[in-house]
Amino acid sequence: MTDNIIEVRDLVKHYPVTRGIVFKKTIGQVKAVDGVSFDLKAGETLGVVGESGCGKSTLSRVLMNLEKPTAGTVHYKGQDIAKLSGGALRRLRRQIQLVMQDPYTSLNPRMTVGDLIGEPFEIHPEAAPRGSRRDKVKELLDLVGLNPEHINRYPHQFSGGQRQRIGIARALALRPEVIVCDEPVSALDVSIQAQVMNLLEKLQNELGLSYVFIAHDLSVVRHLSDRVAVMYLGKIVEIGTEDEIYERPTHPYTQALLSAVPVPDPTLRESKAIIRLTGDVPSPISPPSGCRFRTRCWKAQDVCAEQPPLLEIRPGSDHPSACHFAEKREIVATHEA
Amino acid sequence: MSDILVSEQSAPGADGSGRPSGRLLEVDDLRVEFRTRDGVAKVINGVTYHVDAGETLAVLGESGSGKSVTAQTIMGILDMPPGFVTGGQVRFHGKDMLTMSAEERRRIRGEGIAMIFQDSLSALNPVFTVGFQIAEQFRVRRGMSRSDAKKRAIEMLDQVKIPNAKGRFSNFPHQFSGGMRQRAMIAMSLALDPEVLIADEPTTALDVTVQAQIMDLLGELQRERQMGMILITHDLGVVADVADRIAVMYAGRIVEEADVYDLYAKPAHPYTLGLLNSIPRLDEKGQQLRTIKGLPPNLMNIPPGCPFNPRCPMAQPVCRETVPPLLQIGTGRASACHFAEELVNRD
Repeated sequence: MTDNIIEVRDLVKHYPVTRGIVFKKTIGQVKAVDGVSFDLKAGETLGVVGESGCGKSTLSRVLMNLEKPTAGTVHYKGQDIAKLSGGALRRLRRQIQLVMQDPYTSLNPRMTVGDLIGEPFEIHPEAAPRGSRRDKVKELLDLVGLNPEHINRYPHQFSGGQRQRIGIARALALRPEVIVCDEPVSALDVSIQAQVMNLLEKLQNELGLSYVFIAHDLSVVRHLSDRVAVMYLGKIVEIGTEDEIYERPTHPYTQALLSAVPVPDPTLRESKAIIRLTGDVPSPISPPSGCRFRTRCWKAQDVCAEQPPLLEIRPGSDHPSACHFAEKREIVATHEA
Repeated sequence: MSDILVSEQSAPGADGSGRPSGRLLEVDDLRVEFRTRDGVAKVINGVTYHVDAGETLAVLGESGSGKSVTAQTIMGILDMPPGFVTGGQVRFHGKDMLTMSAEERRRIRGEGIAMIFQDSLSALNPVFTVGFQIAEQFRVRRGMSRSDAKKRAIEMLDQVKIPNAKGRFSNFPHQFSGGMRQRAMIAMSLALDPEVLIADEPTTALDVTVQAQIMDLLGELQRERQMGMILITHDLGVVADVADRIAVMYAGRIVEEADVYDLYAKPAHPYTLGLLNSIPRLDEKGQQLRTIKGLPPNLMNIPPGCPFNPRCPMAQPVCRETVPPLLQIGTGRASACHFAEELVNRD
């Protein structure tokens, strides 16, 4: 497996829930990520979808080495990132960069665009000699479609979409191999969202980047991803190529999620069968036994409460799905159907 | 129903069903500006729309298009200053609400027109229980006793399908999940049985599976009560599922108004066309998305002529000079584009 740039194995991240101020005692664990494995190949986009609270953002924080995993490993090109320190860690940080969701709060309002995008060079001076930095920043501005003349402006002088471009330029400054995008377009208006998505695609083609693309919008994820992982309550319930997940989903949760996405076509109103899920996502502090989706699943049997289903390829399907009763079902309504 | 509403029932279209039908709410050439230190922002520049009983009008637009400010003006909750209504009317059953006394307007709020807000966590008062906030309306507006009001509030919570409504009555908003809070908001806005419901991005903060539940619930309650609904949203998917008619807003103007099927099949304004082209679709795989170039205009400095002309692929010299009026094209649809006919008639 030489072309896997990131390998995640049985990753677990729990946060303690404490009570008391002086005598803190742990009364439970928020099981934000609870046993997640996947690979990211060089040059591909892995989409991660799921509803709020499913652990997508915690996953991104562990991938960025901002949080140490409770158990399990993340390997970047064969190195366990949690074990790195000193110079090796600094070198790693150059290679994996993050684009954040909110372009309004993720940029320091007191810094100019030039300072913001040039800041990575302060931390990694080896990436660009001091004299050439301003030119590098201008190149980056040009690369993300902003006017290089605007290098001295402040973030508030830009619109949301432009600020997200600044965030992207900053992530690109150190020429990383992997960019983790955590909901990069969800704060943007539709017409601007499309511009930023096209930019991300263009940059991937030009620079050979790998993306981990985290989002809750299934249409956006389909548009950009080569492979997709669907998460529910800290676990991946189904993973496969974009076609496998969207055309041949086998996990009931994926099917329900896909059926709930409104399709911008009023003529499909009648032909669309929406699978209604009842209730809310259970608390990640005390997830249900066995299969975590069973409390909202229409297929749930006794076995679902007893045995957690493994994420594996089952007969009649071509990709891994964590359901005892996985079966294909066509969900996405199209005109041909 | 209060006296004022009864006296208004001579409005056209009133039938014998006990509930006035026909045109409930009309916004007519509304103009609003915000006067700030930095200048005057013309936020609403002549908006006209109406909603009838039992109908869902979707007001579609991006941030800054003025869709929410229009709703706030209708409800009379616009911050003034900095906001100023500089022209137009908002008629409820034919009577202009902008010239009414504060007392008259207050009586329409809740009973005539109610509103659901986007962010249920900040719209609910965190220091009172959810039940109290719903029951309060029955006590203040209907003069009910504490225990009767509680009974009605529990009924309302039950109607919006909150499980264990009785037990949930005394919960605080933070004890509810996002979807349940939105349900509680719906219960609160429907408590006094309004004729028009304005839903301002009611599902934007929610996950898709919960969004589907809430939109279903709203549709069901609307059909039951024959309410007129104004759904304010930027989501073209949600609109396609629930709307009857759509008004598309851009830079404080309606640029297109049409039946939902017509609008998606043959948009009559380049902005609508651009929006439809720029959304990634679940049933289509990734090619390059066709985007609308550029940015929405600064409302303090709206370009002369058609406000969309700097971003429009079809723009001609006339677009930079004359503001295109919103004109009828065919039945029941209107477009504010000089080249609307060409756009609709192309293949």
